[in-house]
Amino acid sequence: MAIRTQPVSINIGPQHPSTHGVFRLRVTFDGEVIIGLEPIFGYLHRGKEKLAEARTYTQFIPITDRADYLASMSNNWGYCLAVERLAGIELPERAEYIRVLVGEMMRISNHLMAVGFFLNDCGAFFTPLLYMYREREKLLDLFDMLCGQRLNYNYMRIGGVSQDLPVEFLPALKKFVQEMPGYIDEYEQLLTTNEILLARSKGVGVLSPEQAVNASVSGPVLRACGVEWDIRRADPYSIYPQLEFDIPTGIQGDTYDRFYLRIQEMRQSVRILQQAITGIEQLPHGVYRAHVLSLVRPPKGEVYSRIESPKGELGYYIVSDGGVSPWRCRMRGPSQLNLTALRDMVLGWKLADLIIILGSIDIVMGEVDR
Amino acid sequence: MSKFDRFGLGLAKGLALTGKTLLSRPNITVQYPEQRLDVSRRLRGPELVWVALKCTGCATCAKSCPQGSIELATSQELVDNKYEVVEFLVDHGRCMFCGLCVEACPFDALYMGRGYERAAYRRGDLVLPKEKLQMSADRQPSAYCRPEMEAELPLQTLLVYGQTRAKR
Repeated sequence: MAIRTQPVSINIGPQHPSTHGVFRLRVTFDGEVIIGLEPIFGYLHRGKEKLAEARTYTQFIPITDRADYLASMSNNWGYCLAVERLAGIELPERAEYIRVLVGEMMRISNHLMAVGFFLNDCGAFFTPLLYMYREREKLLDLFDMLCGQRLNYNYMRIGGVSQDLPVEFLPALKKFVQEMPGYIDEYEQLLTTNEILLARSKGVGVLSPEQAVNASVSGPVLRACGVEWDIRRADPYSIYPQLEFDIPTGIQGDTYDRFYLRIQEMRQSVRILQQAITGIEQLPHGVYRAHVLSLVRPPKGEVYSRIESPKGELGYYIVSDGGVSPWRCRMRGPSQLNLTALRDMVLGWKLADLIIILGSIDIVMGEVDR
Repeated sequence: MSKFDRFGLGLAKGLALTGKTLLSRPNITVQYPEQRLDVSRRLRGPELVWVALKCTGCATCAKSCPQGSIELATSQELVDNKYEVVEFLVDHGRCMFCGLCVEACPFDALYMGRGYERAAYRRGDLVLPKEKLQMSADRQPSAYCRPEMEAELPLQTLLVYGQTRAKR
């Protein structure tokens, strides 16, 4: 029987390298064991939802970039899809293919960061992360070629995308897709069978499927618990019904499963990219954007639409009063809801485990606080 | 414990890869600022480029700006059957380089810049009037939303092709 000591409260963050942004945790310890945890949000609150009300529908697209800045293309997509559903805009087929291409590239790029920083938190200081940065850099180059910036893309528009693919884009992407499975093998060789990593992460921070569903967790964190839930299958959008891919799931729902699931998802994204490249090559060049007036005025009404962003279910709830700007725009950020399950995962574990459990959720504070 | 049956094998596998990478010396790191890669043709670089001859002062760019960082004023009377642009002021401290103004311009009078390294010591230095926004040797326009310009610009260096070492 363990001896109970006087509880000690410790603040972790808001300025702490392992909290992945300005995030504060008030943790209560009994010795070294966590007995209470209170996450405190709001240090990066920029009032995005309110900003939407003062801007036209198109002007809000660059601001969605800044929500989840590691997967800004997915944020563009989620918002544009919501407005298109509200206004009843049909997309040209080429635009749908381009969106799937960039969406899956974004997923790979985001998972590379997530896996790399998770390993960094586990103590493999920056060596595996730099292996992953190598491939992420190649993807960022491709995004740069498409839309001129490396992080805040602002590439999608209501009714399509802002510009067509440059001629040299598809050959470069093809070369990347060809090489990527080899690189993923390298990542696996680096650490997936490493004994130290297994000892640190196997069985640590288990989240049961019931707890996960109750806390409305989504994305890789939910799938790692063994629940096969992917918006691309469950509520299909774009051309995903025509594409073949598997939904990898974890077994235990522990930290290791969450890490390994992201590596498996990268393989599936490569598979989707291969199919989308063959698909887009058969389409003629030309229409990449539906004819939409520059001042979009959706009819009165409301819509909730969701996409599978790399971090989970990214939803946009938009209410229109028939004017040029949304009457209300609500973002459902996956990072925020995944973070609410943190307490269930860490209770009973130690301080060092808290860091890797937090790292395995893959949060971006820009999306949590918005 | 079954987890530690063959302890050390996974460790050795990882170290083998790092050893291999050490010997093969991958061609990734760019020695900036000695070595500079060619930027994207569609770069949304800092600072806009404004062409006085094409601008009619319609202020579509100012209306499309999400941040309200473009200030524009025209003359009250017609000069040669057209309004003269008296003031064209862009606050680059507020600008987020989203490119919506360039996309909105109906007369191709506004371009994103191809330059970088445009830091300034004072906030006031980031507010540029129309004289400073014109095209010059170190202020070249990029092909963002101007597809007809794309072929003239140099190709972007791509890491996918491992071109970093050749271009020193």
